Amino acid sequence: MLDYITSYLKSDATPGAAGNMLWAFIYIMLIFLGLSIAVIAMNWLERKILAHMQVRLGPMRVGPHGLLQPIADAIKLLIKEDIMPAEADKAVFWMAPLIVVTAAFTTFIVVPFGPQHAVTDMNIGILFMLGVSSLGVLGIVMAGWASNSHYPLIGALRSSAQMVSYEVAMGLAVVSAVLMTSLHGAGIYATGGSNGMGTLSMIEIVKAQQEQQTWFAFKFFPLGLMAMFVFAVAMVAETNRAPFDLPEAESELTAGFHTEYSGFRWSLFFLAEYSAMIAVSSILVTLWLGGWLRPFPNLLNGPTWDLVFSLFPGLMFLALAGLTFYSTARMPKMRYFRVQTLGLAGFGALLGLIGLILFIPPVRDRIQDIYWFVAKVAVFMYLYIWYRGTFPRYRFDQLMKVGWKVLLPMGLGVLIVTAIVGVL
Amino acid sequence: MTDNSKYLSHLELGERDETFLDSNELIINMGPQHPATHGVLRVILKLDGEKVLGTECVIGYLHRGVEKIAENRTYAMFNPYVDRMDYVAAVSNGLGYCEAVEKLLNVEAPPRAKYIRVILTELNRIASHQLWLGTHALDIGAITPLFYTFRDREEILKIFEKYCGARLTTHAFRIGGCQYETYDGFERDVKKFVDFVTPKIDEYEELLTTNRIWVERTKGVGTISDKDCIALGVTGPVLRASGVKWDIRKALPYAAYSEMDFEIPTGQNGDTYDRYLVRMAEMRQSLRIISQAVEKIPEGPIMAKIPKVLKPPVGEIYHSIEAPKGELGYFVVSDGSTQPYRLRVRPPSFVNLQALDLMVRGQLVADVIAVIGTLDIVLGEVDR
Amino acid sequence: MAPVATPFFFYFLSGLALVSGILVITRKNPVHSALALILTLLALAGIYLMLYAPFVAGVQIILYAGGIMVLFLFVIMLVDVGRAEKERQFNKQWLVAIAATLGLGILFVKVFTASKTLAELLKRPLAQLPETSNTQQVGFSLYGQYMLAFEIASLLLLVAIVGAVVMAKKRI
Repeated sequence: MLDYITSYLKSDATPGAAGNMLWAFIYIMLIFLGLSIAVIAMNWLERKILAHMQVRLGPMRVGPHGLLQPIADAIKLLIKEDIMPAEADKAVFWMAPLIVVTAAFTTFIVVPFGPQHAVTDMNIGILFMLGVSSLGVLGIVMAGWASNSHYPLIGALRSSAQMVSYEVAMGLAVVSAVLMTSLHGAGIYATGGSNGMGTLSMIEIVKAQQEQQTWFAFKFFPLGLMAMFVFAVAMVAETNRAPFDLPEAESELTAGFHTEYSGFRWSLFFLAEYSAMIAVSSILVTLWLGGWLRPFPNLLNGPTWDLVFSLFPGLMFLALAGLTFYSTARMPKMRYFRVQTLGLAGFGALLGLIGLILFIPPVRDRIQDIYWFVAKVAVFMYLYIWYRGTFPRYRFDQLMKVGWKVLLPMGLGVLIVTAIVGVL
Repeated sequence: MTDNSKYLSHLELGERDETFLDSNELIINMGPQHPATHGVLRVILKLDGEKVLGTECVIGYLHRGVEKIAENRTYAMFNPYVDRMDYVAAVSNGLGYCEAVEKLLNVEAPPRAKYIRVILTELNRIASHQLWLGTHALDIGAITPLFYTFRDREEILKIFEKYCGARLTTHAFRIGGCQYETYDGFERDVKKFVDFVTPKIDEYEELLTTNRIWVERTKGVGTISDKDCIALGVTGPVLRASGVKWDIRKALPYAAYSEMDFEIPTGQNGDTYDRYLVRMAEMRQSLRIISQAVEKIPEGPIMAKIPKVLKPPVGEIYHSIEAPKGELGYFVVSDGSTQPYRLRVRPPSFVNLQALDLMVRGQLVADVIAVIGTLDIVLGEVDR
Repeated sequence: MAPVATPFFFYFLSGLALVSGILVITRKNPVHSALALILTLLALAGIYLMLYAPFVAGVQIILYAGGIMVLFLFVIMLVDVGRAEKERQFNKQWLVAIAATLGLGILFVKVFTASKTLAELLKRPLAQLPETSNTQQVGFSLYGQYMLAFEIASLLLLVAIVGAVVMAKKRI
């Protein structure tokens, strides 16, 4: 029994590949936990960052600086009355959020947080992720139909048409990146030609970037960048976020597919939307931005640079702790705010503690891969929020035009040129 | 369920080839309660799938009988009512009314009052355009400019509050001039405001003017030709964006506008994008006027000599001004008593709204909201 | 990777496929039928996975369950289902149906067991293809040996797409 548990610790494969059920289960629980925390954090971050972009403060009352706002939102959603439309199809109505959430969460089985930090390493990894996210579209269609109302149905069909169209562009961009995994030579403009054995496995894709010593975003510059751009735009449309969120905009005539859902069911859709955002950002980071690799592994190599970069996690948490203490100092000095000030100081102390723990060498070395991966995904989460605050909405026909007439030819062109250049 | 089709019987349909996948014609109600109709406006749309075949506006939800009330109030008592029509640009309403009654009385406001009137009216023009920009951008999906414009509008409202005590429905002017002298620091505040807001307008332009999504949503949407504008009586930025260089401040100058040096921005195509550019340029011209006016405010009385009890001679007068939304006209008929016999307001939003049907035909449903926003209507004015 | 609990998963997946297949044809509501079909396709994808063909399983999920079935659902939802639901679905000829099914089933079983090539095929052990190169093997076959068939199939799909657009396009 103990043998079963410890035998995995010595291997250097993912639990799925090693066949170790217990550790696979533990990893799944860890990912579940991490994802929940990420979604909660995203809720708070989105409201705060959007507010600061709009010259206002955002939530400030529920907990210091609104830190407990997501918890309040969660409690509110849980205790809301569960309304089901009268003529709705009960089974389908009940199943739709489940399918969306399951699809969004299942994609995380293959997301590589490190060379062996994934639940499993399927050799069709990227294909699996794309396939399971396209199952989410089914849930949306079902949600719109089960509401038994004209407008949610049209909204759901529009949403799903948009998602399906942009999946094509996403697929083409992904194929460009997968093409690059089969190349021999190292450096930005590789000269070895292809070895004919590319890979769809997420971990192998990052390892290929490591061997070729360049992130695929910079490979065959600007081709890798163009492919990444196509994917970056398509992923925003895939997750129905601004500026592609016409199907769920309030000022339009057709309401979104989740109009008839209230309370906990709606929060499942919300959870699935954010998880999908994180999932597609993970795909982008894995394919083009080197996954768990630290920046400049070759330009700035050597043990000293390794040490410098390995201090980043701890330093980041310490900086956050410093920011929190600064905010604590600026809190109003009245009695009413005493508990909040203490809470904020406690939060700052927690962040500082985590930062200090991340300085301990064994922890520091283990946490590197996960930290860089999560940091890169976090950049894209910020970009999502930034897009929402800046851009107006596309009209639906313009949205489809962009997907089919702009991104698709661009993806095809990049693919063809990459293939030609790669074989040379 | 009301039968909406009786409103639309006057709309005709062209010939079309029918296939078995033909979508039916739909009559949809954009109800009085809608986040994007800028007030209680009901628009009935006849759609063919996504395309709009025709519209019908149902108004009157905000009708308060202002013109009838005017017949039972003295001229001075009616002044506060006027602000409540176009509540966004209340100062302009007051200016038009006071000037109309002054014309009837054959008095002229003293020069200092005229300059104060010009400054406050132009400030209100900027405030009204800022509100328009924020809500129009919000309807199209850009959620941030709303907060920027409302924040900057606060500075104007602060000046109004310091001057006359109210932010929105100001009742700033009186018949014969202004009641309140400018407060200490008025010129300094106004100059500070001009310096404050000029880079902000650049900020709004930076967010929207060259943004490709904004351009795609507004170029070619809601086009109206200049002939149609003139035929329908559309005035204001809508008319100027279609290419007609008509501004009452230049054509029939009132207050102190004849002494100000400013331009009239015009557009070429008459689409939503041009109207956006025209209003942004108008904001800049307003700042120009304000800077000039605040330099040369003359000294002197602020109120002309008018009797305590106003009894204009028998007669009628129509006086119009260039409100932020268009030509705001007052037709006052006096029968010699202290109360007007008839007061008719020509609201620019009411006349501009009639152009909605023409502008929206053949466009998609999502454009209807953009066009309603670009017409810049205020239901208080439409319904009175 | 070592297979885990193969008999359990096989019976589970094939049972699921059979049950959802029966649900497809017995549900009154067409949307329920479509959803049951999706379940069948997913169970089949699982069986492909068990046959060491992960690429085919992945493509089954992406294209079939995530693309074609979404299209099915679009059409079903846009068509007026109320009338179809109220129509008489079955003619209540249970005995005839069972007799026909049994007869057909017995015919199939007889044909299979009497076949000689099948008997020889069953004698040989199952080929264990290394699963790491399943995608590559499929790629090599498609673009090598079966290139012509591949191109003809894609041309056929292109013609179908163009035909559908031309038929459904309204005169503007």
